[in-house]
Amino acid sequence: MDVLVYLIPISLILGGLGLGAFFWALRSRQFDDPEGDSRRILTGDYDETPKP
Amino acid sequence: MSAAEYPGGFACPGCAAAPAALATPSDATPDAAIRLSLPGIHCAGCISTVERGLSALPGVRSARVNLTLKRVAIEAAPGFTAAEAIAALDRLGHEAHELDGDMLAASEGDPAGRELLMRLAVAGFAQMNVMLLSVAVWSGAEDATRDLFHWISAAIAVPAVGFAGRPFYASALAALRGRRLNMDVPISLAILLAVGVSIWETALSGQHAYFDAALSLTFFLLGGRYLDHRSRSAARSAAQELAALEVPRAVRLRDGAEEVVRTADLAPGDLVRVRPGGRVPVDGAVAEGTSEIDRSAMTGETLPAFAGPGDAVLAGEINLTGPLTVRVAAAGQDTALARIAALVAVAESGRANYSALADRAARAYAPVVHLLALAAFLGWFWATGEARLALNIAVAVLIITCPCALGLAVPAVTSTASGRLYRRGFLIKSATALERLAAVDTVVYDKTGTLTLGAPEPLGLDAADPDDLPVALALARASAHPLAAALARALEARGVAPAPVEAPREVPGYGVEAMLQGHTVRLGRAGWVGAEAGSETATWLARPGRAPVGFAFADRLRPGAEAVVAGFAGRGLRQILLSGDVAAPVAALAGRIGLTEFRAGMTPEEKAVFVTRLAAEGHRVLMIGDGLNDTAALAAAHVSVSPASAVDAARVASDIVLLGEGFAALPGMLDTARSAVRRIRENFAISAAYNLIAVPVALFGLATPLMAALAMSASSISVTLNAMRVR
Repeated sequence: MDVLVYLIPISLILGGLGLGAFFWALRSRQFDDPEGDSRRILTGDYDETPKP
Repeated sequence: MSAAEYPGGFACPGCAAAPAALATPSDATPDAAIRLSLPGIHCAGCISTVERGLSALPGVRSARVNLTLKRVAIEAAPGFTAAEAIAALDRLGHEAHELDGDMLAASEGDPAGRELLMRLAVAGFAQMNVMLLSVAVWSGAEDATRDLFHWISAAIAVPAVGFAGRPFYASALAALRGRRLNMDVPISLAILLAVGVSIWETALSGQHAYFDAALSLTFFLLGGRYLDHRSRSAARSAAQELAALEVPRAVRLRDGAEEVVRTADLAPGDLVRVRPGGRVPVDGAVAEGTSEIDRSAMTGETLPAFAGPGDAVLAGEINLTGPLTVRVAAAGQDTALARIAALVAVAESGRANYSALADRAARAYAPVVHLLALAAFLGWFWATGEARLALNIAVAVLIITCPCALGLAVPAVTSTASGRLYRRGFLIKSATALERLAAVDTVVYDKTGTLTLGAPEPLGLDAADPDDLPVALALARASAHPLAAALARALEARGVAPAPVEAPREVPGYGVEAMLQGHTVRLGRAGWVGAEAGSETATWLARPGRAPVGFAFADRLRPGAEAVVAGFAGRGLRQILLSGDVAAPVAALAGRIGLTEFRAGMTPEEKAVFVTRLAAEGHRVLMIGDGLNDTAALAAAHVSVSPASAVDAARVASDIVLLGEGFAALPGMLDTARSAVRRIRENFAISAAYNLIAVPVALFGLATPLMAALAMSASSISVTLNAMRVR
């Protein structure tokens, strides 16, 4: 049962990472336009670089 | 979404300020931030076209489309106006309307929804972890391992419950302070007691801990809260958008020069120019110019009224023919709108007595639950003398009876139903509107703008002298007046060729005159051409040596109006037409669409009193109206509907706003509401059935944390599935 000493913290940290990622996504407004984002991957426009 | 656009506020101080700059109004910042509504946008191609087209304009820094909200946010150099962007989009084939940035700033990003989602995520994370640890305990972990798992669960559950459950505690505290009981009181009590007792049990190395139950309770109930919030915020933001579509601006005259200002900046005594076709922005008196005024939004009258120097005009009326200069008597919040708002406040106080189905259920349910738990504690304490065992059983009762399914029963149904209705063009603004709608037995209509479009249609052209028609057409074409335009359209459709008139001239407020073979011919108001004015809406044609001829008009029916009346009649509802218009056109319209009960010449106060009296007789009234004169009646009714074309105040006062061509679907909306209420009642029955089985088990001390978890999940899932059946 000694393995629990490692396994439990690891599982909690992994879960916490997921939670943190969700918070980051929420804060950076990635849920503001779910409909548009699902369509944008179909366009040919290069959307990654800042506009000049 | 690119990281460059929304850097989340941690890249640099300037980035953190960017969202704030987006939200400020266009004329207060050096950088113009413009919001446009794009009702027609629907695909990936549209996004590219709009963004590329706008970015190509000189002065535009960035343009970002939000497809969910059907809006585009433009950041541009100072001096760039919304009109340029709208013109550019029009060339690209997209319809666009300017939105008032101030109006939208508050709703942008939906902070309340994000906060709920965050709490939901925390509760979900904690629940999953604790559930995993609990599975180990349920499958037989013992002694030190069990205690370790319980302690870890406690370490996760305590902060999670503290953070995620805050909305429940706040609402329960507010209810208790007001000496009421709502659904949140048993919820908060169950969550807090479950955690507290579990910690105590863990400290004594007990067998049963309810951390997972407390967390799943929080998670499911927050899910219900979030569903409820989301369905209403979609409707709210769309309703807000409608309000933001009317950017309140006025043309002020100062030392002979014209300047465009916000209506709020006007002061009494200012002079305001109102162009033909424009809405009067303020209450005041005409200082210069003559015209005709369309008062239908204020009074329901379809017959345009004459306005000359000294005549009073009210905000919301439409100037038809000539330019007017108006001296401001009251602007912004001090206009006649404020008087109507006072009426609305009085009328709404009656409706505030309505208590939602969920609250009524909670009122009956909460005391029973608390008494049961208390009885379980006292009974077991008396029988065994063990406080710890008695408390454990009392907590099990509290958790099993906790209205987890009850908390989901209403929001799951209303969010499914409002989603369905939203797709058909109904915005449900109020949480209890569906329940109230289902109880309706009487429908009250307004006439102008609701059953009719407020657009006139000439009558009896077949009976008119064929010689008159070409002259009438030639004169009517020279004016933009709605009656003249309707007459011209109808005559052109009949293939009439215009007579060769010379020098047509519009006399604002009176009509059009021109020369025909050396004689003056006139088309216009009865008094101006020398005829006796009748009760019907009409325009008159005067030719030399003949008696004036009248062309009567009827208001065009809203498409689907007949179907709506027939649909409600088929469902056995009593229907009444109330109008501020004179008797003849009201009677004619009622006959045309098959309504037998009608009242004409009603003032706004009389309409509200009429609706209130119906309510006092025990009727549940559905009021459908669009004008300022209907606002008080809309607020007084049990439930109210207004079309999107209604004036702002009417939309604010009503529970449901109709978008687009949803009018004909009104009877169908009633069916959906009734089916939704049926599902809510079924959901109450389902959760009651779970309780009937589980409560005796808990009372006899046989409930385990595993059973509590199973009962809770099963009832929540069956309630949610049942909610999906709403048609």
